[in-house]
Amino acid sequence: MYAYDEIDRTLVNERVSEFRDQVKRRLSGELTEDEFKILRLQNGVYLQLHAYMFRVAIPYGTLASNQLRALAHVARKYDRGYGHFTTRQNIQFNWIKLAELPDALADLAEVGIHAMQTSGNNMRNVTSDQWAGVAPGEIEDPRIWSELIRQHTTLHPEFSFLPRKFKIAITASDHDRAAIKIHDIGLKLIKNEKGETGFEVLVGGGLGRTPFIGKTIKHFVHGRDILSYIEAILRVYNQYGRRDNIYKARIKILVHELGIEKFSREVEEEWQHIRNSSLQIDDEVIEDIRSRFAYPSYEKLPHNPDQLRQAAADPDFEAWRKNSVAPHKVQGYSIVTISLKPIGAPPGDATAEQMDALADLADRYSFGEIRVGHEQNLALPHVAKRDLPALWKALDKLGLATPNVNLITDIIACPGLDYCSLANARSIPIAQELTRRFANHELANLIGRLHINISGCINACGHHHVGHIGILGVEKNGEEVYQITIGGRADESAALGNLIGPGVKFDEVADVVEDIVEAYLALRERPEELFMDTVKRLGVEPFKERVYATR
Amino acid sequence: MTSPLEQKKIKIAGPSVVTANRTWDGIVVYRTAAKSWSADLSEAAIVRNSDEAKALLAESVADDVGAIGPYIAPVQVGADGKIEPGNLREQIRRTGVTIGQPVQV
Repeated sequence: MYAYDEIDRTLVNERVSEFRDQVKRRLSGELTEDEFKILRLQNGVYLQLHAYMFRVAIPYGTLASNQLRALAHVARKYDRGYGHFTTRQNIQFNWIKLAELPDALADLAEVGIHAMQTSGNNMRNVTSDQWAGVAPGEIEDPRIWSELIRQHTTLHPEFSFLPRKFKIAITASDHDRAAIKIHDIGLKLIKNEKGETGFEVLVGGGLGRTPFIGKTIKHFVHGRDILSYIEAILRVYNQYGRRDNIYKARIKILVHELGIEKFSREVEEEWQHIRNSSLQIDDEVIEDIRSRFAYPSYEKLPHNPDQLRQAAADPDFEAWRKNSVAPHKVQGYSIVTISLKPIGAPPGDATAEQMDALADLADRYSFGEIRVGHEQNLALPHVAKRDLPALWKALDKLGLATPNVNLITDIIACPGLDYCSLANARSIPIAQELTRRFANHELANLIGRLHINISGCINACGHHHVGHIGILGVEKNGEEVYQITIGGRADESAALGNLIGPGVKFDEVADVVEDIVEAYLALRERPEELFMDTVKRLGVEPFKERVYATR
Repeated sequence: MTSPLEQKKIKIAGPSVVTANRTWDGIVVYRTAAKSWSADLSEAAIVRNSDEAKALLAESVADDVGAIGPYIAPVQVGADGKIEPGNLREQIRRTGVTIGQPVQV
């Protein structure tokens, strides 16, 4: 965990006081909605279909148990007893009252949580690998650099009124769990031939109306130069980015229209002006940040303890372990992914009771730490292998041991038309029906790794473009219609999916997905050939034929 | 459902109301004939042509403290005068999410 200092605490508390005054002036009529809107958005407050929605930041996806309890408290006291974890390591509350928001923010501030950088045209919450600091083989903990960027960008005036929102993601592993290629800036920590730490920098990725996979703008930027390089990119964007057309305002459009070569020349020129300025980072700054990340005092534990060997006889435990438990950098420990995708439930939702209980389990089994991933699942990052059977039983009692991580029912879905004022169609009921169709674990396991992503509109909060199977809800003649893509992915080999044909109606979506899956099972050359490998080998056509032959 | 945020022209094809969200708590409200807001759709003022709609919307926008984001939404008026939402979006705003919530309220 990262320990905030007095500057951080003061900043967060001052922000609460400021917003309390703004809300008071809004409710008295001193501020109009036009004047207030930008202020509420800077504090994570949207207006959705039923009420205000409050989005809280979980920087780089790391939560302490007391912070998770504070989120449970907000869900219980100010909302309807649950929260929704998003695809950008935030949590949303759907029913918050404006008049009570300052109190909710004040309660969160007591544990160092805030809502800055969760909305508005500014630098958003920096996201990272939910396994940061514990993943075997990573270059180093990417949260150190995430925190550096967070400190530099929070309330930075140059980044607070950008042409559009701006998102950065950082990974330090070869396998990209942070989806860096679909971010405005993606950073991959690497070492150069001298063994120095730096970044491969990607720019111009993003989904939404006009999706692009990010392009490498520079193969190596030394760690000490990363702030100046990011700032150079932001300056070029600030100078040339379209402010006249919201649909063309993201940096991806600028990179596409200028071309990566010209864009990189502009950045390089700007960078030369500022790289040797105060933006150059001293080693002491990094070391100071590093020193404020507290790492657990791990015990020396056996690789395969008795408790684990004994539990292996239980097929239910084994089913969960195989999909939910991943190797840890320290022998005797594991990373445990907690599925927030129970069969038939909205993806990413957790009740206040589940959050409280999970905080207790984190204290007991994971040194008080919880992680949030962009797939809308949680993780306990430091679980001793000997504790896995006990943890599994405790999670099962909470409804948090569904053994479906990375399987077809581990669906990413935006809130869709059930909650969102921008949505054209519902997402969650589609996800619920699909989880029911593939509820049989043996079937899901037979299918293997397959990610379904669902968005209820073209803004693509459900990342449908990069789902192995992507589902986009649109509106046609007053009806919900869903376009299906296949072949997308969000990892290190990120790709956009291809449309298989005309859209289908709400009631047909699950049937179409079943057809696609049946086609895959019939077409794959061997059981180990994953869905994505079959799509890569054969293309869209055989799936298209199967889906539309009888429609 | 086309988001009302994308409404560019006021063009109504049938009976409509003005709806918004109440400022202090965000709940769904409807403009009434008494120049007030009500959470009950049955109390909404019905407009049947563009001029009426423009006038009701202008009056609603002017009440910036009472409610935010007002827009014109279609409704269906039954033979008995009962008012029902005119599309799925407005149905969801009126009756709530179409899914079970994790915590029943």
